[in-house]
Amino acid sequence: MKYKVFYYCNFLLVFRTLKLRKNLIKWVKYKELWQRGSRFIRVTPRSGLCHLAALKGGLRFQVSAALKEGHVTPTELCQRCLSLIKSTKFLNAYITVAEETALKQAEESEKRYRRGQPLGVLDGIPIAVKDNFNTAGIETTCASNMLKGYISPYNATVVQKLLDQGAVLLGKTNLDEFAMGSGSTDGVFGPVRNPWSYSRQYKEKSVPKSCSEDEESNWVITGGSSGGSAAAVSSFTCFAALGSDTGGSTRNPAAHCGVVGLKPTYGLISRHGLIPLVNSMDVPGILTRCVDDAAVVLGSLAGHDPKDSTTIQDNFKPFELPNLTDVSKLSIGIPKEYHAPGLSSEILALWSKAADLFKNAGAKVVEVSLPHTRYSIVCYHVLCTAEVASNMARFDGLEYGHRSDMNKSTESMYAATRREGFNEVVRGRILSGNYFLLKQNYENYFIKAQKVRRLIANDFVKVFGSGVDILLTPTTLSDALPYMEFIKEDNRTRSAQDDVLTQAANMAGLPAINVPTGLSERGLPVGLQFIGRSFQEKQLLTVAKWFEKQVKFPMIQLEVKRHYHGAFQHQKSAFFS
Amino acid sequence: MGDKLSQQQRDYEVQMVKIFAGYGCENCNYFLDDMEKLYSVDLAPWVPVVGLEIHAQISSNSKLFSGSQVQFAAAPNSLVSFFDASLPGTLPVLNRRCVEAAVMTGLALNCSINKRSLFDRKHYFYADLPAGYQITQQRVPIAVNGSLSYSLCIDNKMSQMVTKTVRIKQIQLEQDSGKSLHDDTRNQTLVDLNRAGRLGLFSCFLEPDMCCGEEAAAAVRELQLILQTLGSSQAVMAEGQLRVDANVSVHHPGEHYGVRTEVKNINSLRFLAKAVDYEIQRQIEELENGGTILNETRAFDSKLGCTVPMRDKEGKQDYRFMPEPNLPPLILYDAKSLPANMNHQQVVNVDWIHERLPDLPSVKRAKLVERYGILPEHSFTLLNEDGLTEFFENVVKQTQMKPKKVIGWILNDLLSYLKQHSLIVKESPVSSFLLADLLNLLEKKEISSTAAKQVLAELWKGEGKTPFEIVKEKKLELIQDQKELEQICQAVIDGQENEVMAIKAGNQKVLNKLIGLVQRETQGRSNPVLVKQLLEKKLSE
Repeated sequence: MKYKVFYYCNFLLVFRTLKLRKNLIKWVKYKELWQRGSRFIRVTPRSGLCHLAALKGGLRFQVSAALKEGHVTPTELCQRCLSLIKSTKFLNAYITVAEETALKQAEESEKRYRRGQPLGVLDGIPIAVKDNFNTAGIETTCASNMLKGYISPYNATVVQKLLDQGAVLLGKTNLDEFAMGSGSTDGVFGPVRNPWSYSRQYKEKSVPKSCSEDEESNWVITGGSSGGSAAAVSSFTCFAALGSDTGGSTRNPAAHCGVVGLKPTYGLISRHGLIPLVNSMDVPGILTRCVDDAAVVLGSLAGHDPKDSTTIQDNFKPFELPNLTDVSKLSIGIPKEYHAPGLSSEILALWSKAADLFKNAGAKVVEVSLPHTRYSIVCYHVLCTAEVASNMARFDGLEYGHRSDMNKSTESMYAATRREGFNEVVRGRILSGNYFLLKQNYENYFIKAQKVRRLIANDFVKVFGSGVDILLTPTTLSDALPYMEFIKEDNRTRSAQDDVLTQAANMAGLPAINVPTGLSERGLPVGLQFIGRSFQEKQLLTVAKWFEKQVKFPMIQLEVKRHYHGAFQHQKSAFFS
Repeated sequence: MGDKLSQQQRDYEVQMVKIFAGYGCENCNYFLDDMEKLYSVDLAPWVPVVGLEIHAQISSNSKLFSGSQVQFAAAPNSLVSFFDASLPGTLPVLNRRCVEAAVMTGLALNCSINKRSLFDRKHYFYADLPAGYQITQQRVPIAVNGSLSYSLCIDNKMSQMVTKTVRIKQIQLEQDSGKSLHDDTRNQTLVDLNRAGRLGLFSCFLEPDMCCGEEAAAAVRELQLILQTLGSSQAVMAEGQLRVDANVSVHHPGEHYGVRTEVKNINSLRFLAKAVDYEIQRQIEELENGGTILNETRAFDSKLGCTVPMRDKEGKQDYRFMPEPNLPPLILYDAKSLPANMNHQQVVNVDWIHERLPDLPSVKRAKLVERYGILPEHSFTLLNEDGLTEFFENVVKQTQMKPKKVIGWILNDLLSYLKQHSLIVKESPVSSFLLADLLNLLEKKEISSTAAKQVLAELWKGEGKTPFEIVKEKKLELIQDQKELEQICQAVIDGQENEVMAIKAGNQKVLNKLIGLVQRETQGRSNPVLVKQLLEKKLSE
């Protein structure tokens, strides 16, 4: 530990001399603001915590430094986050808030700090975890009736690793049922609201200020399926959150919520304890406010896990991200197929602007082709549903989870349990998956889809083999849609549309990251995606960090009414276990 | 003959005809002995075909894919890990010990080992299968194309042993399912995930090369011995460590195989033979009476000695096989392909295992025959009884008697006594030391073999007396005084005038009667060889 502390001290020195005093003053201001209990908490760059976040690459060092210097205690930090969770409850970002255990963990962390023996950078840092990761003693629901009330006896490896490093687990975040969706609108606990719906930026551009009814109907979705985690990070209720990414479930909501969303290489992070969607594509995702934070969390999670045979055997060395000054040796690929139908002109413009940014800085920017990417959606549909059909077979009501009262026969109990436990989306995928796996269909669908998957993956191999270092693409087709708009199409259509830019990376197992880039005309975040070579996270994140620094993505100016009641009563049952 | 018959099946048919022509399996009298008749007569006989699926639990301290312990008769659901109960988010992790055991077994059964094998999911809903699928090796199993040679005797005569070979299709690593206990009175099903939780298991598929229950039982017995020798499985059928399902069908020679049934719930070798034979007979009768055979699963009822259809599993299953995404291909290495930088604890080296294979039963038998000069069939009996070979070798070591003679005492006296009292060799009241002692007395001609049997009868009582003490106590030692013996012989000769006449007329067989009378007179305490000499001498005087 001593080594680690020293390691970070290099950075701390810089910050301490330059910023710390200033920040300290801001912390105090921030505290006062809270204590004053004004009707609106205006979370702006001028109010302490967020200002810290605004400092590119500084957050982790700053919070960590503040903790170490004793300017703020883990308990204070935890309490602050908990009360912010309460005041932003209407976002429906959390399914379960583990207030008691979080405070206990914070207390433990505080003791360690007092002894001068913190476990590392993450000690005392409040985090949130998507509700499809197992957490011992805290409900794990997958936003499904099937697992409502289910308390796992074990921690997912990633959760355990965070806890082992002293992180404070605030709660479990909302998602689409069993992570099947791209809006975070199809969970049993209701849709997640995008914090940007309540930002000054969005309100100024899209909502007539006086009309609160419009505000109510104009709120936008977070994207999904890790929408709860993205909203939690975006609304400052936690410093980092875990999501999962099978077809874009981390990057998509990250883009819509204006946060960094990293999908690491398949096999770099253990899936043990992640309730699977598609085993061959699932990767635990990392949502943070800046690229540096993502690198810290990645460093604490990556590496071989004897409980997951698909993790790589090699040791993973956590890394610091250098501040890139020269990008002239970089080759950035622009895959033309990502100029997909339905791509909004705004995003297209932003994309080319980003490409120009690299070009102007001296990087080589080349157009590349990934010819099979356009088959990705239909291929994914077969592979995903087949694995879903298989993975969901265990939910039969016998060992755990929901069990129907129907007891005429074992078979009728299974049928009723699964009908009552799963929503239409899950049932639909199970049905088509089983169809694709039937003996007479297996060759025509599953085998064929596997072959196409290989072609998609080979496209990337070729492109990277041709000397391209990183691919730059949009993350989403447009900015976040208003909820009322989004639900006009069914889940399947939406998933097919929304995953189109993210999913090929899952097919190929490649690392990819969403970097918040700018605001749309409606004042909503828009992100771009970088796709890197397998296990070359350091390179990917270094480039992402450089880009992040150039674009200076604006901080959310969240305007939260302290007592937001009324229309959100129905979500109450799902809140606070 | 069916014209569409494949060459392979035709070859097989011919091969089988040859087998039967050559040996004439006693239990295979379902069809006519005379092979010529077989093809000239319209009313062709039936050819039964038996294939076996054998599931063996691997002896290891943990299950195939989880760290749970393995133990027989543990409290229900006490040895179940999170993975075994299929808790959401758990993943399989392959147990190295199970892989090694499967490789070892594959090598012992002359299989070719696949250096790269794959895992698949086989889906079906059943209460004791918590994941809703079983992880198995359907596409590329760990070992394929092996063979197993076994011997069986004709007409229960030990002297007529024939050796047969059954082909082994594949050996695959597989999870076991749980155990369902149906409580019909309370209309409920209880599930125990201990056994099944997920024991390390491999399945061995024997091609349909057998034709009767006895053959099937003999093949499984040999496999059992091999597994026990390797230590890869205890292979006790009664404890479910070895489970055998038989696929049985009958057809007319030259035609395609008939519809097969699968017979399950067989928990001993004896029942295997019975079940197979019953099922063959049932199918023939059914077909002779104009009925049809359903492709169904039947259970053997050991009490009634018959097979009954099992609960309907709702028609034909489509198992919707799919590659197991959580287990990468299983890669095995040999001395050449072993990567230098690999941690040797983490890889399985086929050559290394090959070098360390213990002597297999067939080799052990050959060695016994060679070393001790015993008959081949005796070597089978020695190996078939657990611990008997060791017992025999210990006796041989401690006695001057020739092994050829010792084997008679072991097989005729010891073994039949143990069988009568349902004891295993370990439980024998007479130790190898005591038996050797007794045989030494016999060898030194201190007692007759009749007396030795009397001593043995005393020894069975297990009263802690030595053979010598018993001999003394019962006065069983041979009469060493030649004069005394001569007198007795003379007395016998004097009393049997007719017999003496007969002998003198040239009927030497009658001499045996006189020897017997001397034995009776001396209460078995005379040396028959000596008695014979004395009698011959006296009669020729």
